[in-house]
Amino acid sequence: MVDITPADAVPPAEVAEMELYHPHSWWTKYVFSQDAKVIAIQYSATATAIGMVALVLSWLMRLQLGFPGTFDFITPEAYYQFITMHGMIMVIYLLTALFLGGFGNYLIPLMVGARDMVFPYVNMLSYWIYLLAVLVLVSSFFAPGGPTGAGWTLYPPQAIMTGTPGGQDWGIILMLVSLILFIIGFTMGGLNYVVTVLQGRTRGMTLMRLPLTVWGIFTATVMALLAFPALFVACVMMLLDRALGTSFFMPAIVEMGEQLQHGGGSPILFQHLFWFFGHPEVYIVALPAFGIVSDLISTHARKNIFGYRMMVWAIVGIGALSFVVWAHHMYVSGMHPYFGFFFATTTLIIAVPTAIKVYNWVLTLWRGDIHLTIPMLFALAFIVTFVNGGLTGLFLGNVVVDVPLSDTMFVVAHFHMVMGVAPIIVIFGAIYHWYPKVTGRMLNETLGRFHFWVTFLGAYLIFFPMHYLGLMGVPRRYNELTDMTVMTESAHHLNSFISIMAFIVGFAQIVFLFNLIWSIRHGREAGGNPWRATTLEWQTAETPPGHGNFGKDLPIVYRWAYDYSVPGAKEDFIPQNVPGSFGPSREPA
Amino acid sequence: MRMALSDWQPLPIPPLLWLNTGVLVLSSIAMQCASLAARKGQVDMVRLGLASAGLTALAFLVGQLMAWRELSADGYFLASNPANSFFYLLTGMHGLHILGGLVGLGRTTVGAWNGARPQRLRLSVELCAMYWHFLLFVWLAIFALLAGWASTLIDICRGLLT
Repeated sequence: MVDITPADAVPPAEVAEMELYHPHSWWTKYVFSQDAKVIAIQYSATATAIGMVALVLSWLMRLQLGFPGTFDFITPEAYYQFITMHGMIMVIYLLTALFLGGFGNYLIPLMVGARDMVFPYVNMLSYWIYLLAVLVLVSSFFAPGGPTGAGWTLYPPQAIMTGTPGGQDWGIILMLVSLILFIIGFTMGGLNYVVTVLQGRTRGMTLMRLPLTVWGIFTATVMALLAFPALFVACVMMLLDRALGTSFFMPAIVEMGEQLQHGGGSPILFQHLFWFFGHPEVYIVALPAFGIVSDLISTHARKNIFGYRMMVWAIVGIGALSFVVWAHHMYVSGMHPYFGFFFATTTLIIAVPTAIKVYNWVLTLWRGDIHLTIPMLFALAFIVTFVNGGLTGLFLGNVVVDVPLSDTMFVVAHFHMVMGVAPIIVIFGAIYHWYPKVTGRMLNETLGRFHFWVTFLGAYLIFFPMHYLGLMGVPRRYNELTDMTVMTESAHHLNSFISIMAFIVGFAQIVFLFNLIWSIRHGREAGGNPWRATTLEWQTAETPPGHGNFGKDLPIVYRWAYDYSVPGAKEDFIPQNVPGSFGPSREPA
Repeated sequence: MRMALSDWQPLPIPPLLWLNTGVLVLSSIAMQCASLAARKGQVDMVRLGLASAGLTALAFLVGQLMAWRELSADGYFLASNPANSFFYLLTGMHGLHILGGLVGLGRTTVGAWNGARPQRLRLSVELCAMYWHFLLFVWLAIFALLAGWASTLIDICRGLLT
């Protein structure tokens, strides 16, 4: 396919440019800012800060599991609280917020060639409500009774009963309120991202010329807008159950020999609502990672992405399929066998578009000019990790295999690999890739490589042994594993080993944070386009891009995002805003 | 699914709800008039439509609150029965959405009086009208469900799920 798109094929401007809001003071420029780039940094910083809390919580859990009985302050109640807060923070307040609020805000306007988000004011509101949600969440650590210890799934009835930490105290209420706030804030941001991608693209930027990063974030946002309302109503209903004594989820129940006032509610209803959100959530986190990793691989292997259209449709297909698999989290909750059969089948079908993506990444690398830069290392690590985590998903997706493996460390290992380590690794790769655009300076290379190898190898040393523990039958969610027949001497040693590795990997993240801060001042000057990439964010007049992103005129797009190593072209990359034909491009017609 | 259980005692639908439904229909009609007038550029009609839509929507909310009071005066409290819980939850959420819509409508109305640009006014009036029709549709669906006319549909769904 030869690129013969003449320059005049770009449609003329139909609507006048939107009016930008111009900040007048330091406050409106950096604090109550309506600029998507500032909001992105605010989102990222808040998510990182709360993520550090979750990291410390995981350390505390590993202290208890690796060296049981040594630390008196980690009571069983405290352990459950750590589990709950660690899970909730990592999944929602860190990963979702960082991918959509952080990367979405920074990259969407720049990559589609817009001056800003379509609704900048709502965008600002979105961040401040998110911050409020985080503060409410943090406040539960200081509330009487501490945070909730119901597990991140918050299953009723136990979540709101005595005996569960925070169940009859403030913990669960603050958790639910915080989630409700988060969802309100996210809906504001999410509508913005969707409308900006659909309506805010510059001239020539057709949907099929969007970088896959934008496709990933866009699809994930649409999914989140459909999935989060299920969690929202579940939270509202549970809040009513807890605070006003309704019985949406509470069956007739006897507690300490006393009949409670509740009766007739369905705990299973909560599970359906929760997982109708919970499963798409996995892909809300994974799809932006898929998109970003595609761009990292293409850029750092100097080769066009293989099968661009297929990649787009795989993203959309995964997004759609992920709404019909939720009950595979509920095989042990009791369900009609045909129901289980249906969900096992849909679950395994998701492997098809996912495998297409993996093959296409590998084929993009095939005979590419692979530069082993730090973003590339992280991208490669992601492919391996995602395949590993996905393979154990095949086990857990089947009802008969899942039932014995339920509630064991195998499940913990699986979901940490596939939706913990894999997306986080992409986030790291993406930060090393886009940091030069955000700050104008490169991150330190030596520290970066140290960070990569310790994180990558360390994560495997943590989570691989967990699979074995799980197969042996070691249960999850137990704070003390002594005196159990499944806990052999070697299993105890393995547990201690995992804990030590967890501390080392955690330490590497602190090095990474140091690198982030240190390089703002002392990093090497990056220039406008250090990776020689094609997408629009690298073609801005200033680095970091100023207010309004592009200079006087918006860029006009003449080609797709993957014109790398086009034969006959002078350079091995042709930016999207360069007109003319240079040679056989592989852009799909 | 909850309706099949023995403890589901449907609460009597206060006749007031019929009046409220009528008021909400009127509100939607007024919005539609405003929207048509905005398309023709008749600012006076737009103002009239917006104002009457806003007032009728407020009347609807007041009516809903009175229905709540009537029910709780008769001893149908939020927590006394799952049917009550769902009734209050659904009507409450719907009311909150109307309230949110009124904020948007209020801004549009202020704009209509202060001479907003015709193009901008038309867009916001049309968006408000769309939202109003949507909320009316949702209300009719909720009303049908709570009054028990949708039981055939519910039976079909139940057959599919069990």
